[in-house]
Amino acid sequence: MIGENAIEVKHVSKWYGAFQVLHDVNLTVRKGERIVICGPSGSGKSTLIRCFNRLEAHQKGDITVNGISLHNKMRDIAEVRRKVGMVFQHFNLFPHMTVLMNCMAGPMWINGVPKKEARDRAMHYLKKVRIPEQANKFPSQLSGGQQQRVAIARSLSMQPTVMLFDEPTSALDPEMVAEVLETITTLAHEGMTMVCVTHEMGFARAVADRVVFMDAGRIVEEGRPDGFFSDPQHERTKLFLSQVLRH
Amino acid sequence: MLYNDTVDSEALVHRPWFVAIVFAVVMAICSAINFTDTWMGELMRAVIGEPLTSGLYGRFATGLVLSLLFCANVIVIGFIPFKAQVITVWVELLLSFLAFFNAFDLSLPFIWDKLPILLSQGLFTTLYVAAVSIFFATILAIIGAVAKLSGNGFAYAIASFYTSFFRGLPLLMQLYLIYLGLPQLGVVLDAVPSGVLALSLCYGAYMTEIFRAGIQSIDRGQWEASRSIGFGFGLTMRKIILPQALPVIIPPTGNQFISMLKDSSLVSIVGVWELMFLARALGQATFKHMEMLIAVALIYWILSACMEIVQARIERHYNRSKVR
Ligand SMILES: Nc1ncnc2c1ncn2[C@@H]1O[C@H](COP(=O)(O)OP(=O)(O)OP(=O)(O)O)[C@@H](O)[C@H]1O
Ligand SMILES: [Mg+2]
Repeated sequence: MIGENAIEVKHVSKWYGAFQVLHDVNLTVRKGERIVICGPSGSGKSTLIRCFNRLEAHQKGDITVNGISLHNKMRDIAEVRRKVGMVFQHFNLFPHMTVLMNCMAGPMWINGVPKKEARDRAMHYLKKVRIPEQANKFPSQLSGGQQQRVAIARSLSMQPTVMLFDEPTSALDPEMVAEVLETITTLAHEGMTMVCVTHEMGFARAVADRVVFMDAGRIVEEGRPDGFFSDPQHERTKLFLSQVLRH
Repeated sequence: MLYNDTVDSEALVHRPWFVAIVFAVVMAICSAINFTDTWMGELMRAVIGEPLTSGLYGRFATGLVLSLLFCANVIVIGFIPFKAQVITVWVELLLSFLAFFNAFDLSLPFIWDKLPILLSQGLFTTLYVAAVSIFFATILAIIGAVAKLSGNGFAYAIASFYTSFFRGLPLLMQLYLIYLGLPQLGVVLDAVPSGVLALSLCYGAYMTEIFRAGIQSIDRGQWEASRSIGFGFGLTMRKIILPQALPVIIPPTGNQFISMLKDSSLVSIVGVWELMFLARALGQATFKHMEMLIAVALIYWILSACMEIVQARIERHYNRSKVR
């Protein structure tokens, strides 16, 4: 396809009213690259990653995803959203549909995949996240970790080229964090391009190609995880790392 | 559910003080109303002699027996399981109502005679008017709710003006305005279309508010998840938001439907031959007002009961995802 980069962010700024959330952010995500974004609460991590599929609009600068520039054109945005999966902190499964239907809905209603094929595809991804036996239950009958894995399968069913994760484990009980991280790790090893906001530093160290540290709407520092964790350059990063790594 | 506490307390109807109060109340009622001239008095003939001349003694004895029977009935019902309780109490209430209507000394053959025309002409028109109005009201409600939530100034202004106006005027007045007012502007509508228009506009306004509240009750995360998958506004609304809003929307909407069914009787004033109109016309012609009114009342009730059943089924269907 077009170019080497999955996501290009150039001089992006964003305001909520008079409050500036993002200050001139620059970031490039290459195809197949795995990026972890971390930073203190309120630093704009969610806002940034939600700009990538235009759940939020940026006011200045350019964002290009899969070669498509994000602006006020529904056709382009729809095209981007089809190819970019997103997993939310609170799962946001569709509670009125079964697990299977959650995964079939997108392919059927957007890509016009026939029902039988959509079912096979959904089951394939449910097997991948290791909960095919829950396919006919409703989301409310599953544990948090299972729900999050369904949410991942739901996104994968659209066969995206990029996956966005916004704190996928921070609403989970400790014993369920591992199963979700494992699923994401498997995905990472298969070469999926992903951007993941998380406070799980062990996970970042294990799978990230690059760690990005944000504070107050700016990217303060980025680098390979080994260097980032052992030898952070900025005071702000050191302080943050000392706080999260203490746990 | 109220989710009762697990600590079982003894049933109210098995507590002596409660039974005593029930007994006292029934006894008081039986003393106020003389039951000696009913079948109860007949049954008691052996004890109180000729019922009609038994006087205070007869009245008291009949009342005592009735109260005892009533209390025994209540206590026994207290022992049976939930479903049986519901059925028994329903049947008993229904029988007492029938006994009450029976006291009017109605001419059943007359009702029987007029039933075909009531059903073929009246019931049909009532159902037709109500069903068509419900259809249009629902469409208006969805459009109105979306307009109110759209964040578009024009749409919001029009929708809120609409709901304010049509909720603010009596339905009867809307009907007059449409039937008598519109012809002044050169638009002449027949009675039935006028009725349907008035009912649709009025109930559409009420239901707009119901739908708005229902849509608003859905978490923002559902919109975002739906959008992030790639669903556009239409799909998001049809497949994600409205189905989830339905459990919130259905109970008050069921209310509106039942209420609409009965309010469709208002169109009788512009001469539509629906149930109410026929009841009055047939009753007046033969001086058998009560017969017709009660027959029609029962038809309305049966229709409403059917709607209640349908509503319960739909609610169950949409609540099936709430399992734990
Ligand atoms: N809709 C909004 N309107 C106004 N301000 C907002 C809105 N959403 C977020 N903000 C503000 O923008 C800033 C960045 O929010 P964001 O959710 O991106 O932070 P975050 O880095 O994801 O934090 P957390 O780790 O707590 O999720 C915060 O100060 C927040 O208060
Ligand atoms: Mg966040």
